[in-house]
Amino acid sequence: MRRIAPMALLTAAVLAAGTLTACGGSGGDKNTLKVAFPKDTNNKVTVRDDYVELVAHAFEKANPGKKVELIPIQASENDYYAKIQQMMRSPKTAPDLVYEDTFLINSDIAAGLLRPLDPYLGKWADWKQFEPAAKAAARGQDGRTYGVPDGTDTRGLWFNKKIFKKAGLPPDWQPKTWDEVLAAARTVKRKVPGVIPLNVFTGKGAGEAAVMQGFEMLLYGTGKDQLYDPATKKWVTGTKGFRDSLEFLRTVYGEKLGPDVSDALSPNIQTNVATELMPEEKLAIDLDGSWLGQQWQPKGGGKPWPEWPTVLGRAAFPTQHGAAPGKVSLAGGWTWSVPRQSQRPDLAWKLIETFQTKHNAVEWCVRGAQIAVRKDVAADPAYRKSLPGIGFFTGLVEISRFRPALPVYPKVSAAIGEAMEAVTTGDASPKQAADAYDEQLKSIVDGRTVAKP
Amino acid sequence: MSRAAPTAAYGTAGRGARPRRRALLRWSPLAPATVLLLLFLAGPIGYCVYIAFTDMQLTGQESTSFVGLANFRHAFGDPAFLNAVVLTLVFTLVSSILGQNTLGLALAALMRRASRPVRTLAGAVVLTAWVLPEIVAGFLLYTFFERRGTLNAVLDWLHLPSQNWLFTLPILAVSFANVWRGTAFSMLIYSAALAEIPQEVTESAEVDGASGRQRLWHITLPMIRRSIGTNLMLNTLQTLSVFGLIWAMTRGGPGSRSQTLPVFMYDQAFLKSLIGYGTAVALLLLVVGALFSVVYLRLLREEV
Repeated sequence: MRRIAPMALLTAAVLAAGTLTACGGSGGDKNTLKVAFPKDTNNKVTVRDDYVELVAHAFEKANPGKKVELIPIQASENDYYAKIQQMMRSPKTAPDLVYEDTFLINSDIAAGLLRPLDPYLGKWADWKQFEPAAKAAARGQDGRTYGVPDGTDTRGLWFNKKIFKKAGLPPDWQPKTWDEVLAAARTVKRKVPGVIPLNVFTGKGAGEAAVMQGFEMLLYGTGKDQLYDPATKKWVTGTKGFRDSLEFLRTVYGEKLGPDVSDALSPNIQTNVATELMPEEKLAIDLDGSWLGQQWQPKGGGKPWPEWPTVLGRAAFPTQHGAAPGKVSLAGGWTWSVPRQSQRPDLAWKLIETFQTKHNAVEWCVRGAQIAVRKDVAADPAYRKSLPGIGFFTGLVEISRFRPALPVYPKVSAAIGEAMEAVTTGDASPKQAADAYDEQLKSIVDGRTVAKP
Repeated sequence: MSRAAPTAAYGTAGRGARPRRRALLRWSPLAPATVLLLLFLAGPIGYCVYIAFTDMQLTGQESTSFVGLANFRHAFGDPAFLNAVVLTLVFTLVSSILGQNTLGLALAALMRRASRPVRTLAGAVVLTAWVLPEIVAGFLLYTFFERRGTLNAVLDWLHLPSQNWLFTLPILAVSFANVWRGTAFSMLIYSAALAEIPQEVTESAEVDGASGRQRLWHITLPMIRRSIGTNLMLNTLQTLSVFGLIWAMTRGGPGSRSQTLPVFMYDQAFLKSLIGYGTAVALLLLVVGALFSVVYLRLLREEV
């Protein structure tokens, strides 16, 4: 029996080591391009898959002998990021083209995972069609550009006019303050039982979606530079805005105005809201992204819902007390980037060009309910009448704010997610959660913080 | 080796070169295995140990540098880590030591008494849970415990109050899940051990008037003591590293109420991108496993 000791230790060691090993793969041949992109966790949602496939076919046709191998990664947001980062670390597994969230891109640039595209962009006539803000989205701290954005998005309130009618609320609802949002939710709760009054994404499960659509839409409406102070280049701690934003969440989930907490914290909540709660008309107000309509398209959408243009209304999300400009929106978006370890960067660039022919770019904005980042696309009639509400959300672009484009941001975002989750479950008060965030923030950014009480 | 040593001494009569050559010759058939072990076992573990002392990151930082014990110091000052250690101990105690082990023994004892069809049927059912891949079991149990899941449907039907354990008591829910999944292993070990107890011993105890409980305590348990030790050790080590089951059911949440060490490790390494810190936690998990092993080995060594 005694001989088992080293064996047991070895077993333990192998079990521990085994969980940390990544999978391998081959580099592939020089005529095959590997393209990695996220696939929705709901199998029925194939909007992006269909579009990427369409472009890939066009590319193969135009470049005989070349092949495109699609690598759809079906995972929640955070798992997708972790997966592509692991893939990009080794030339054996690195895709040639990867779909990068602008939220993460500065972090991946700093990690040396991506390849600067300036040599290609300089010779590319279409680049001047891009809006300056979009061009900046994928620019690293070194001033070079690492990705070509294919759209942007804004955020606001979607509300169900039918439910509003039952609750006696106006069909042209436009709240001026947070309290008016909560008041409407309370009215719905009182007058239309069985309906979830208000969804605000929260917690770690929804990942960046919760932090951006949920928390930052609140925080950016509480005052200036509540997260990061560009003047001193320091991260901000101890603000009232931070605590108030958490307080808002506590109100929503404490008063049971939101989805059941266990559902709200599930990683599937985004898909749930878009393909079940909204189309089944079980949710009155949803603080969500401009792209929501893509889920209800007759083709490729997870839940075709032809009536949505008449059922749903849209309103800008207000600032806390109605301070100017009276509404808040954040803009994000995704880019196509070439990993540094890609063995076929020239060919990969050719595929980006194919993605960004005007025809294909319009196609994506229409299918994906994206807000155009190219002037020629924005002017295209097919785009302009693509989805109801596109005008409303495009109008939010001018007041839209951006997240701090810094390599450390994803970690700050994770810390915010934890603070949100602690308040949502009731494990911590807003003050406790904010203090815990401040502590974590200091260690994340090596003490480069400034207190703004 | 004890038999080989005198043979070598006869032939060599004091000279050192030949035994060395013979030892080498003897080892040569094992050489490929040794090389493979070094390459695929010692290699990754060594690399793991190295990473644990660096600040390697998945993203956000290009270079990796040696940081000494910083990761370990950070861990011991990190309330989230300590929370994970406590939850890991609770999970191991409830699901492995109390759950799988005891239930496995009980099942094995009952099955010995049962009629053949009952034994076959019960064995098949228990084994099915064990044969299922971890992630499948995880999703099954998620749908069982979930707020709108099977368990609540049954409870509603019986007019009993419903539960939401994945949210209110997630560590208990995942512990039950692990018991459900892993009991078969203990049952098999104990079935074999119980079959080994000589019939005469039990019979003579019975003749001497020992009650059922006395027989269990004084005959059965001491006689299968070694199996208990082996089973406890294997169970514990397996349970310590359970990841897929918990990840599928709760992702360590809500908050960090079911974040055991493996989940914490994944969260730090891949979601927070701190590969170095996550690996250090992995090494600490290894230490926890080693501590358990040492305790069990001590228990086994004692003679009755």
